[in-house]
Amino acid sequence: MIELNVHKMLQGSGGEMPLDITLSIREKSFVALAGQSGSGKTTLLRLLAGLERADGEITVAGERWLDRKGMMPPQKRGIGFVFQDYALFPNMSVEQNLLYVNKDRAHAAILLEMTGLLELKNRLPGTLSGGQQQRVALCRALMNRPKLLLMDEPLSALDPAMRLKLQHDILTLHKAFGMTTVMVSHDPSEIYRLAERVVVLEHGRIVHDGSPSEVLLRTSGSQKFTLEGELLDIIRADVIYIAVVAIGQQIVEVVCDKEEAARFEVGQTVQVSTKAFAPSLHPARDGGRQL
Amino acid sequence: MEAIDFGPFLLSFKLAALTTLILFIVALPVSWWLSQTACRCKPFVEAVTSLPIVLPPSVLGFYILYALSYNSPLGAFFEQTFGIKLVFNFTGLVIASVFYSFPFMVQPLQSGFEALNKSMLEASYISGKGRAETLLRVALPNIKPALMTALIVTFAHTVGEFGVVLMVGGSIPGETKVASVAIYEMVEVMDYTTAHIYSAIMVAQSFVVLLGVYLFNQRQNRRIGVA
Repeated sequence: MIELNVHKMLQGSGGEMPLDITLSIREKSFVALAGQSGSGKTTLLRLLAGLERADGEITVAGERWLDRKGMMPPQKRGIGFVFQDYALFPNMSVEQNLLYVNKDRAHAAILLEMTGLLELKNRLPGTLSGGQQQRVALCRALMNRPKLLLMDEPLSALDPAMRLKLQHDILTLHKAFGMTTVMVSHDPSEIYRLAERVVVLEHGRIVHDGSPSEVLLRTSGSQKFTLEGELLDIIRADVIYIAVVAIGQQIVEVVCDKEEAARFEVGQTVQVSTKAFAPSLHPARDGGRQL
Repeated sequence: MEAIDFGPFLLSFKLAALTTLILFIVALPVSWWLSQTACRCKPFVEAVTSLPIVLPPSVLGFYILYALSYNSPLGAFFEQTFGIKLVFNFTGLVIASVFYSFPFMVQPLQSGFEALNKSMLEASYISGKGRAETLLRVALPNIKPALMTALIVTFAHTVGEFGVVLMVGGSIPGETKVASVAIYEMVEVMDYTTAHIYSAIMVAQSFVVLLGVYLFNQRQNRRIGVA
């Protein structure tokens, strides 16, 4: 069990902002931290790692990691951390990157095997693709058999296909090693696939905390489905108006009347929802378009 | 014309090699600390370590001479306790050169460390490694061009020093008469031939050293660029 109650003043682009978080995390759970940039989620992750100081307390499985007396240094916490920019040691081969953490060759071989990197073990990180580098970083983070794995947007620099592959790796390793995993992520599909709990931060506070379906599904009441998107344009066509909305990578048109058209402004985030029909699923026409 | 005496050059190289070695050991922890600290005292430490760049060598030489001579407590202590004289001999030259060339070792190393990916160092700490191990196994091997610059520029700068050496060491053949001092003496006694030869050797040597540094850095950058 991780018990956390921290306070810290953050220097953001819009001046000072207090980070005030009280959170408890169950052992072996997979928690996603979400929220806009500058909401404090990376700072929260770094506090758990011991890379930043704050006021308050952090207790992990009965151990005091932070209290009024001081802070346990990151070296002593026995955690794994995966950085957004991989942070591999460029002067060491893939295998040496793992053995730097500890000399357990057998464990390194198991991790490299599980992530399909065994053949690349003598290569330098600079000669690998982004996805391969991040898998090395993931393996390295697991060399100390951590009880807690922290990941700071680990997949945000990768293309969608590579993301999918690594999400699978992450989930496999999370289950195989029985860790508690906390991951910062922006990607709803990633959160839905991996996490069992989502904590959403806004301006340094928790604003949502629940299962991915509770937090991410935006339907309420009798709505059958709801999508959020950006209103790109409102076009007048005779007596009706057509709102053009960007939802993810797709553009849709929604018919609205004069009053509705007057209520919205271009650029606004809007919900597109419907009640009285059953949407049907078909395979995508061209195998799914990726922009 | 007499046969050219290469003694002063040998002495210059011996002095530069020893100074570079000592400075590498001394400046490594200082530059590492400067690159990592958020201490308010950092600008003061940086200003002090950079002083030898802006001070006239005679000022630096004067203070070192004053501090190390047997009239000072420090000089007297060394002379009485160990029987070592600290001025007008090779030991004095080494001490003076260490002060004189200090910023030339610290500054390239510090900028090298500052340019390192911060999360790479944090990854090392999270792996359970302390600051010293992170410095030696992660930071230092990844700043090779900066390290090369620091070592070679320190070496070359020590070979090229004149004022401090003259103040602290004088011109004792085989003991403190380094190449730059020898050239000064040749000009004083109007032996322009030898002065020309010595000077030409100095120019050639300095050029080769600098060319070596820039060639190495270009190759390193290309290697990183390709990778």
